Amino acid sequence: MKLVIAIIKPSRLEEVRQALNSLDVHGMTVTEVKGYGRQKGHSEIYRGTEYAVHFLPKLKIEIAVEDAQSDAIVSAIRESAQTGRIGDGKIFVLDLLAVTRIRTGETGASAL
Amino acid sequence: MNLNKSLTLLGTAIGALALMVLPALAQDAPKIDSGDTAWMLTSTALVLMMTIPGLALFYGGMVRKKNVLATIMQSFAITCLVTIIWFAVGYSLAFTDGGSTNAWLGGFSKAFHNGVGVNTVNSLAGTIPEYVFSMFQMTFAIITPALIAGAFAERMKFSAMLIFMGLWSIIVYSPIAHWVWGGGFLGGLGVLDFAGGTVVHINAGVAGLVCALVLGKRKGFGTTNMAPHNLILSVIGASLLWVGWFGFNAGSAVASNALAGAAMMNTQVATAAAALAWMFAEWMIVKKPSVLGIISGAVAGLVAVTPASGFVNPVGALVIGIVAGVLCYISAAHLKKMFGYDDSLDAFGVHGVGGIIGALLTGVFADPAINALGANHSIITQAEGVIVTVVWTAVASFVILMVVKVLVGLRPSEQDEEEGLDITQHGESVNE
Repeated sequence: MKLVIAIIKPSRLEEVRQALNSLDVHGMTVTEVKGYGRQKGHSEIYRGTEYAVHFLPKLKIEIAVEDAQSDAIVSAIRESAQTGRIGDGKIFVLDLLAVTRIRTGETGASAL
Repeated sequence: MNLNKSLTLLGTAIGALALMVLPALAQDAPKIDSGDTAWMLTSTALVLMMTIPGLALFYGGMVRKKNVLATIMQSFAITCLVTIIWFAVGYSLAFTDGGSTNAWLGGFSKAFHNGVGVNTVNSLAGTIPEYVFSMFQMTFAIITPALIAGAFAERMKFSAMLIFMGLWSIIVYSPIAHWVWGGGFLGGLGVLDFAGGTVVHINAGVAGLVCALVLGKRKGFGTTNMAPHNLILSVIGASLLWVGWFGFNAGSAVASNALAGAAMMNTQVATAAAALAWMFAEWMIVKKPSVLGIISGAVAGLVAVTPASGFVNPVGALVIGIVAGVLCYISAAHLKKMFGYDDSLDAFGVHGVGGIIGALLTGVFADPAINALGANHSIITQAEGVIVTVVWTAVASFVILMVVKVLVGLRPSEQDEEEGLDITQHGESVNE
C-alpha cells in the first residue's frame, strides 16, 4: 500500500476531490498548512512597519491507496491541481505498512 | 389724597412689585433639568462603552494573539480599579474646593462621596444630579489610564500595571482634571479644553511615551513579526470609540442643548477628515490604503477635535481633522521609527501628538459665535496648558514607575514575555 501526500494550492481542492472521486478513491484527509518552495511570499505594512511574510497558505491532502492505483492517482492529482504558475505544489508517495479500520477492526487492503 | 391712602397705595405698589420679582429670583437658582439629566446619563454610558469594549477591542486586535487577553484585561481591570478610586478620593480631589490651595487641588470633603446625596448638585453642573456628574467624569478618569496601556502593550506585568494605574489616577489624573475643569489654575488662566484634549489625551499620550521609554522595547522588536493578529476586532473597537465619542464631546456640554449639537457636528467632521487624510497620506507613501490606517486616522481626528469640539465651528473642525490625520500618520508611521522607541500601539503618536495639535488649534479656531467662552482664545494660553500638563505627567509618571519598579518590577521575565502574557500572566489562551 502507499500513502500519497500532496501539497496543493487551496483553490484547487474541489478539482482534486472530483478527479479522485472518478478514480474511486474512498476518502482523504485535508490539512491547512503553510509553506514555500520557489514561490516568494509577500510583505505587509502596519503603521509604517513592514513585515516580510515568507510562508504561503497551502493544503495538504493525504490518501491511502493500493500499490496498483498509486500512479494513476498521482497523475490525476497533478492534472487537477495544476495552474501552470509557480506555487502549484508537490506530490510525495510513501510506503504504507499497515491500515486498520477503527469501526470494524478490518486490516490491509479491505481497510482502505 | 390723605397720608393713609398714599401709604396704602405705596404699600400695594411695593407688594405687587415684590410678587413680580420673587418668581424671577426663584428661576435664577439652577434646578435639575430632566432633558440635561437624560442626556448626561446617556453620555456616561456611551463614554464607558468607549473603554469597555471599545478601547479593549481596538488595542486587543492590534497585538499578537498570545497577548490579546492580557491586553483586553488591562482595559477591563482599569475600569474596575479606577471606578473605586474615583468613588473614594478621585472625584473629591478633582471637583471640590480645596480651600487655600484650590488652584492646585481639591480637597477630601467629598471622599467616598460624603455629602453627595441623591438630590445634591455640583455647582459646576447645576442642572444635573451630582451622582450623574461624578459618574460622567468617572468615565473620563477611566479611559485616560486605559489609553496609556497602548504604549506598553505586550510587555508589562499585570501587578505592576494595577499599582501604577491606581497611583497615577490619584497623583496625575485628578490634579490635572482639577487644574483644567475643577476650578484650578489652568482653567483660571483661560486654557480652553472642552472635553479633555489636555486632561485625557496629552496626559495619557505623554505618560505612555514615558512608560515606553522606561520599560524599553519588546523582546525581538525590529526583527520579529509583531503584526496585528485580528484587525476585525480593531475596527469594531474603533467604531465603538467613534460612536461613544459623541458622549465624550457632545456630553461635555453637560447639558442637552445647542452646544452639544455643535460639538457633535464638529466631532463627526473632524473625524472623517482625519481618517481620509491619514488614508490618502499613507496611500501616497506606501502605495496601499490600509484598514489600520483609516481607523487610526479616525481616532487621531477624534482626539484632536476633543478640546475644540465645543469652541470651534465645523470649518475649523475640518481643518483640525486634516492636520491631525496627516501629522499623526507621520508621527506614528515614520517619526517613531526615526527615534527608535517602542510605543507599541502609538499612544503617544496618536493621543499625545493629536492632543497637542487639537489643544493648540483650539486657540486658533475658537469661534465666539459657537461658544462665548471661546472669545479670548489664544494659542499662547493653550501652549501654556500643554507645557504644564506635559511636564507634570512626564515627571510624575516617571516617579511612579520607579516606585512600582522597586515594589514589584515592571516587566515579566524574558521567557514569560516570549511565551505570551495570556498564558503566563492570566493562565488563559484563545487557542483551540
